[in-house]
Amino acid sequence: MSENILEMRNITKLFPGVRALDDVNLQVKKGSIHALVGENGAGKSTLMNVLSGIYPYGTYTGDIIYDGEVCKFSKITDSESKGIVIIHQELALIPYMTIGENMFLGNERGKAFSIDWDTTYAEADKYLKIIGLQESSRTLVKDIGVGKQQLVEIAKALAKNARLLILDEPTSSLNESDSKALLDLLLQFKREGMTCIIISHKLNEVAYVADDITVIRDGKTIETLHQGVDDISEDRIIRGMVGREIADRFPKRPDVVIGDVCMEVKNWTVHHPIYREKKVVDDVSFYVRKGEVVGISGLMGAGRTELAMSLFGHSYGSGISGTLTLGGKEVVLKNEKDAIRHGLAYVTEDRKGNGLILSNPIRVNTTLANLEGVSHNTVVDTDKEYAVSDDYRQKLHTKCTGVEQTIGNLSGGNQQKVLLAKWMFTNPDVLILDEPTRGIDVGAKYEIYCIINQLVAEGKSVIMISSELPEILGMSDRIYVMNNGQIVGEFGKEEASQESIMACILKSAAK
Amino acid sequence: MTKEKVMSWLQKNTMVLILVLMVLFFAWQTDGKILMPQNITNLIAQNAYVFILATGMLLCILTGGNIDLSVGSVVCFTGAIGALLMASGMNMWLAVGAMLLIGLAIGAFQAYWIAYVRVPPFITTLAGMLIFRGLSNVVLNGRTQSVSDQAFKDIFGGGATCYIPDIFGGEGINVLCVLVGVVACALYLALTFRSRWNRQKKGYAVESLAAVIGRSVVIVAAIMFFSVKLAQYKGIPSALLWVALVICVYAYITSKTTIGRHLYAVGGNEKATKLSGIDTKKVYFLAYTNMGFLAALAGVLTIARMASAQPTYGDSYEMDAIGACFIGGASAYGGVGTVPGVIIGAVLMGIINLGMSIMGIDQNFQKVVKGGVLLAAVIFDVISKRNESR
Repeated sequence: MSENILEMRNITKLFPGVRALDDVNLQVKKGSIHALVGENGAGKSTLMNVLSGIYPYGTYTGDIIYDGEVCKFSKITDSESKGIVIIHQELALIPYMTIGENMFLGNERGKAFSIDWDTTYAEADKYLKIIGLQESSRTLVKDIGVGKQQLVEIAKALAKNARLLILDEPTSSLNESDSKALLDLLLQFKREGMTCIIISHKLNEVAYVADDITVIRDGKTIETLHQGVDDISEDRIIRGMVGREIADRFPKRPDVVIGDVCMEVKNWTVHHPIYREKKVVDDVSFYVRKGEVVGISGLMGAGRTELAMSLFGHSYGSGISGTLTLGGKEVVLKNEKDAIRHGLAYVTEDRKGNGLILSNPIRVNTTLANLEGVSHNTVVDTDKEYAVSDDYRQKLHTKCTGVEQTIGNLSGGNQQKVLLAKWMFTNPDVLILDEPTRGIDVGAKYEIYCIINQLVAEGKSVIMISSELPEILGMSDRIYVMNNGQIVGEFGKEEASQESIMACILKSAAK
Repeated sequence: MTKEKVMSWLQKNTMVLILVLMVLFFAWQTDGKILMPQNITNLIAQNAYVFILATGMLLCILTGGNIDLSVGSVVCFTGAIGALLMASGMNMWLAVGAMLLIGLAIGAFQAYWIAYVRVPPFITTLAGMLIFRGLSNVVLNGRTQSVSDQAFKDIFGGGATCYIPDIFGGEGINVLCVLVGVVACALYLALTFRSRWNRQKKGYAVESLAAVIGRSVVIVAAIMFFSVKLAQYKGIPSALLWVALVICVYAYITSKTTIGRHLYAVGGNEKATKLSGIDTKKVYFLAYTNMGFLAALAGVLTIARMASAQPTYGDSYEMDAIGACFIGGASAYGGVGTVPGVIIGAVLMGIINLGMSIMGIDQNFQKVVKGGVLLAAVIFDVISKRNESR
């Protein structure tokens, strides 16, 4: 009956080396709530960025048909003028401005050189009333809670005359009652004729509000389920989200004898470094045995990186409590150097931002964490440094013109190998690998897996944090599942499957 | 391929080429006057403070493009203290020791706020610039304090006799000076070829022989040019001794030691450096403490050269030092820059000053040209970075 307000046809978007979106089709009915679900990196956010003009016309192929006409948005204001407004996952409000100022930022009332503050605040108050907020629009944004900030974002979208509202994980930082309020607000908008696209990992919420659910996996649209027509139970959606086979993408591990517990963490709690009352890691306990690969699975923002970094010499967070035992002794690691000395290594997920000095050669990057290993009395022996880095280049099959090559010019996979070499050179007992294969191609992934196997064969232990389920399943001896800063499940190699892990995450999110 | 090689060679050696072109230009414009022995000697004596301050400034800039605005005032303040101490009859070496200690203390004071309290360097050193300029006026009572210790002036480069005496007693040419030049060349060649030979023996990749020889020829020629020119005048100015010492020590520290590596690493990627177990705060602390120390040394040279201390000394010295760093290839984002590069930058600035002075160009116009050169150098840095990242 109802017509389509939006149709996206054959959208393909390429990033260097990656096909982020592959022939995606999406139809959104006028006055409906349409949910997009899929794993991390499936392409949901990319699709919405294409729609809103963040990736301008010409950088993708395919057609966007909105309100019956083909649209070619070259910037975000183009789509906003048509009433397409996107609300991003991270709040984009400026804390030291008032609600009203935020709401009309870039959309100011009055003339260019004289803002009409009375109109601004009057209109702001009007929109706040619509969304049911009691606050005055002259309140500073920093003084209201996260839930209310999310509502302000929606009011801001309304102030832009939104007709198609896109919400990227709107409830990810909200508690139960705030989430419910927000979803009810969406339902109320729907009755008033507004169309919404909502991206969410919380399948119970999706089932609650959505009329249609489109599943995206690996940059492709898999299926669209309709409320009242199809089965939209969580299990059914999960099957659509993960339903791929694990091919022979993982090297066989040679027989490794798993030894005694070499690292144990008990009641580890970490608070946010700025919002000090917020718990980022909440009472986490786990252990790692010698020669074992332990996987930590979970969605983005589950607190895995924060857990790893706080363990690594308190390099993240505030108010850290809990005990860490390494090699049978309880230790307190004051800083990163301490952690390295105690045989811990943390290989970051953000190799460009936190891992490598891109403007420096491979040689310098390889020895950075253990410069003492190539120097005598604080004088660096460049010849020895050369020998060490060249040795790792050969062992890890790093493709480069030589160890003097600037690391910024290498491909992602080879950069990752140098990063691994850097930490292997510190001779750790336990390596924490945070997303070790992010953004690298399949061949390089296989080689990284081989290096991991080699490490455990040498009697080291590996903690592997990964958002890719097949990788976690293919490589881990034991798997912990994290959500919302807590460990919500533990699986042995045999009992773990994509479905069981996804279900574990999503069920804990629903609580 | 060959075209790319030429381009990358040009990019690496731009400043050297520009320096050579500048020298040729001024030699043409001044009928060769700029190359007269006395002018070459002046170039070094007048710019001694720039070499020393720029070396210290490089360490600050390496940490992430941060600068130290207070150096001019610190030069003035330590100079004032030193002049007063010597006037009160203190032994010159004790006075110099006191000046260096005060410089170190000032550096540590500012470095503490920058490194451990995270006050932005710009603000901290702007405050330092005002504080120590004011204090210089206070301790000097707004007056000039003359320095009369002849030994002090001789050793730190002031007056007509501040040259190292020629022990060989050459007539018209300073034999010692030439000899030092020859020894320096021999030392350079020996070190270069020994390390190359060592690396070859271990089977490491080495630069092509042609490149090494080419560079050696240029450097030997430069050293010999300077030493002969200086020898034709009065010999080695004593200020050059201190400058050479500072340059050698800091070139070694930045290129060969772990602390040098830490400086580059912090500027290259501070987060990665911290996660590699390096105390990044200590790195900042050392860079700014050292800057205070070198500013004090520049203060010593300044009062020796001027034979007095005045509350206006050291004015805008910080800008000369910063300019020399950026012209010499230091990156405004940190992590890139070398001591030899900075020295080339300082010489370039000095040549421009000297050449334009000889040509009789107005002081104010000289500033315009220096500003233009600085801007051009940084634009070049930014653009070549952008091309690289593509």
